[in-house]
Amino acid sequence: MAGQSDPHLSIFSPSEVEFVAEDEIVEIVPNIRMEALNMICGDFGPFFPQIASKVPLWLAVALKKRGKCTIRTPDWMTIERESPKEFQPLPFHYIEISKLLFDHARDDISDAYLVRSLIEDIRDVRFHKVETGLETISGRTHAVKLKNLSAMEVNIVRPFMRDLRRSLVSSRLGKNWYLLTVNL
Amino acid sequence: MSSWEDDDSAAAAAAAAAASTDVELLKRAWRNEKASPEILRFDSPLVSRVREQIQLLEETLDDFGESGVDDLVVSLYQMDLDRTLFLLRSYLRLRLQKIEKYMMHISKSEDLLSRLSQQEQRFAKSCTEMMEKHLEQSVLSKLPYGYDSVTRQSLSSTEDDMGIPFDLIIIPEPQLDTFVFCKTKSDVGAFQLDDIGEEVVDLVADDLYVLRYKSIKGLVESGQIDLI
Repeated sequence: MAGQSDPHLSIFSPSEVEFVAEDEIVEIVPNIRMEALNMICGDFGPFFPQIASKVPLWLAVALKKRGKCTIRTPDWMTIERESPKEFQPLPFHYIEISKLLFDHARDDISDAYLVRSLIEDIRDVRFHKVETGLETISGRTHAVKLKNLSAMEVNIVRPFMRDLRRSLVSSRLGKNWYLLTVNL
Repeated sequence: MSSWEDDDSAAAAAAAAAASTDVELLKRAWRNEKASPEILRFDSPLVSRVREQIQLLEETLDDFGESGVDDLVVSLYQMDLDRTLFLLRSYLRLRLQKIEKYMMHISKSEDLLSRLSQQEQRFAKSCTEMMEKHLEQSVLSKLPYGYDSVTRQSLSSTEDDMGIPFDLIIIPEPQLDTFVFCKTKSDVGAFQLDDIGEEVVDLVADDLYVLRYKSIKGLVESGQIDLI
């Protein structure tokens, strides 16, 4: 369907969203020595064994695949067994980051199985919240505020909002416009 | 463009340049372009800067090959290069697709034409000419007088028997009232979405909104808001 001549112009494919997420910075612990990398996307390193360093996710995965580092699990992907000291907000690309880490650095994540199922639970709850929130959209909604909606979730809601334009064009009669807010 | 707008966008550009790399700026342009229904202004200086960096890295990689640098390092630089190339190609291709789709609409307006790069303007022009020639030869020359325009259904009548306007303009145009997803970088404050001030929304930094594109068009152009 999405041929070269009829592209879905304003849609990001899941792999494009992942591409964007791969630029998020993560912490690695290298096991090799390497000069600093002066790349187009920024300068990273120099790298020393056992000394943590911050790099973009794609670089971390590339090094991990070659067995040159371990990736430190981000705080929001860890389990707090004692009473939670601090609330950890989810990053904008939480779905993509966690997927990449589970695919390529599973052995670096403690309690990987549990963390994975927790993230899936969180994802389901959030989708449900978005769904029920958007059910209240009406012809009078002039703007929707989706607090803390993540990148993949944007992609899921987008087709719905595009169809909405068509159905609302004909019903722009109401005077009392309002802002719909969905908090996640 | 008035002078304060110039100052404003110059200040915004300076702030953005200080805070991020060219790749990040290109990524932002790519995302905005992808999410916006209409074609946005082409940032020639940015694209040529990225091109230069790509060329430089390509040359460096050639040197690496000769001087026997560690394969790992070479492959990492190669990935960096590939990612940048992908971004640039995707951005340029995306714009070509948009131009192809809305070529007649774009060639009608000086403002829209001025948003294109010189190469893109040439592309739009030759594309439009080819399309017009093709329509002319295949269909329009065989239609009766008054119905043989590329841009209008009919020249003479404005309504048919059923009262449906005949004078429809048949050029595809971008739908500017599409809902778009956007995020503000800093507090914009109370922002008026329509002309009469009935729809006002308070735009807070880092919050995600779904708004009609045409109401935030100005904010996208001045770089105060990012489409996602």
